[in-house]
Amino acid sequence: MADSLIIKNLNASIGDRQILKNFSLTIPKGEVHAIMGPNGTGKSTLAKVLAGHPDYTVQSGEATLDGQPILGQEPDSIARAGLFLAFQYPSEIPGVTIANFIRAALIARQEKGAPFDAKAYYAELYAKMDALKMDRKFTSRFVNEGFSGGEKKRCEILQMMMLKPKYAVLDETDSGLDIDALRIVSEGVNHMRGPSIGCLVITHYQRLLEYIVPDRVHIMYDGHIVHSGGKELAVELEAKGYDWVKKELASA
Amino acid sequence: MQSPLDSRLQEAETQRFATQDWFAELRRQGWQQFSSLPLPKRTDEKWRFSDTRSLSLEHFCLAGVPSDEVVDRLIAQSHFISRPSGLLVHIDGHCVLRPALAPELATQGVKFESFEDALRHHPALLKEYILKHCAGLGGEKFLALHQAWLRSGTVLYVPKNVEIKQPFVSVHWTATEGVAIFPHTLVIAEDGAKVTLHDFQCSAEPQLRALAISAADLYAGKGATISRLAVQAWGLATQSFEIANTCGAKESLITSVNAALGARRARLENTIRIQGEGADVRLYGISVATGEQEFDQRTLQVHDAGNAKSDLLFKNVLLDKARTIFSGLIKVAPDAQRTDAYQTNRNLLLSPEAEADSLPGLEIEANDVKCSHGATTGQVNPEELFYLLARGIPLPVAQELLAEGFLEEVLAKVDDEEAAAVVREMFRQKFHS
Repeated sequence: MADSLIIKNLNASIGDRQILKNFSLTIPKGEVHAIMGPNGTGKSTLAKVLAGHPDYTVQSGEATLDGQPILGQEPDSIARAGLFLAFQYPSEIPGVTIANFIRAALIARQEKGAPFDAKAYYAELYAKMDALKMDRKFTSRFVNEGFSGGEKKRCEILQMMMLKPKYAVLDETDSGLDIDALRIVSEGVNHMRGPSIGCLVITHYQRLLEYIVPDRVHIMYDGHIVHSGGKELAVELEAKGYDWVKKELASA
Repeated sequence: MQSPLDSRLQEAETQRFATQDWFAELRRQGWQQFSSLPLPKRTDEKWRFSDTRSLSLEHFCLAGVPSDEVVDRLIAQSHFISRPSGLLVHIDGHCVLRPALAPELATQGVKFESFEDALRHHPALLKEYILKHCAGLGGEKFLALHQAWLRSGTVLYVPKNVEIKQPFVSVHWTATEGVAIFPHTLVIAEDGAKVTLHDFQCSAEPQLRALAISAADLYAGKGATISRLAVQAWGLATQSFEIANTCGAKESLITSVNAALGARRARLENTIRIQGEGADVRLYGISVATGEQEFDQRTLQVHDAGNAKSDLLFKNVLLDKARTIFSGLIKVAPDAQRTDAYQTNRNLLLSPEAEADSLPGLEIEANDVKCSHGATTGQVNPEELFYLLARGIPLPVAQELLAEGFLEEVLAKVDDEEAAAVVREMFRQKFHS
């Protein structure tokens, strides 16, 4: 199981609030897993803790990328180790263009002092923007500044496609998307699917999973996974609602 | 060939201008004023927060004409933009490059000359325009010293309705240890004229000890447009002072962008004078202060005519133990109704040991005005920082990107994109030094 994102007995808190409680999950490379669950159950906390957000405290547990421990590492090291977080609410970075931002992220992955092939970079950037139906003018726009919800999420997927992570955590990527944007973003993710990447799709609604069909679906409640199943679990959950989770699964 | 800046030398140098009585007299007055004024003290309100103890005007000298080798080397480094309308290069207060103006500009009556040439060719013009305003913001003694030793600089005159697209460039270098220079910039755009000037100030060696006391007078006539980019990139052992006056007549548009990178300490005093209805004067500043640098910014926006606008934005990035001071005042005269005046200072602290002080102020005597002032000082937004880190960008690079982004708002005001790129790169180099 070395080629996996493995999370074992993870306990994490923010302030004095315990959010993740003995959370365990394994995502083998090549698979797409979905986590669903009611609001406030710790889905976004999981994403932030894995990415190394400084506001969260990890009490115990471990998380490894292909055997490499990531908990306690600086966020930039975790990212360079191969984890990508697509943010639910991507920050606006005034004055920093998308082109410069992604270039800085790519240079950070090169050997120090190695030359940067700007021509190849732009060729790839434009190709991926075309695939995401993003206007090329976006390269000179400041990161997320004044973007619509859909543009922000497309920009997240663009970054993911350019940075080619080993594992990607997509946090509520469907929020703020109309149906057209949802389709484009999903196509982007599906295009990346394959044996060299593992994905964790965090969502509140089953809708996204009609476009990004998961290999496994996990239901999260009160800081840990309470139930796992195949893609049909998402449909069952949609039909039964989160009350089912609270009443039956949580007490099981 | 170095001599101390004493009375004997001042008089000897002034004798050289014997044929221009008024100018010799102006210099003598400057020297008398300088000698009678005390050095500022920390307790002076106009020097609040400044490190007045380390002010030193001793042990500086005038330098002779630089060697051909120095001239060639520094001229080669003076081509900041590719196709200027004109380029003047000065080293240690001597004009070393003064190419003839393109005939199409000359025939229109445009003048772009070194101060000494202009003094010979157009004394009446200089007499009418130079040093017509007292410093007023605390730099009286420094402006007096500038006046006492004034001989070098750049004069740009654009006649009525002449519009020049390509910028003019003036470069001042220091190249001699202990040199004192007193560059003057005079820009006159007559009614309806349009012109851009970039001023660069640089040191031949980064550790060269020097004193630079500059003054700038900008006059935009009715409906005229002036854009000025002033880049202060002295070496780190320079004390720099600049006292600028910007006068806007009716419906004029003046944009000044001041970029501060160099000097151990640099004080900028800038006064905007709105003298005609409908004038629009914009004053912007950006700096990256590192080490123990002190950038001291004092501004005054005077609205003597109504229906006019002034906009001010100063942004500073501070690292290490650097300090910045921004003190600004908007003054609206009683009959300057329907004035729009804005003043904003934003400081980004990248080090817990850096210190930014901000003293914004308003003095409004008219009742129908829109005025605002604001100041913020803070660290990088932690969520923005995390976003960059989460893409694998290391902390120092992330901070640099955020700082560059912070400065971009002002760089975007430089309408010559080539020059903006030059300044952007200079700031980038500074982060890496």
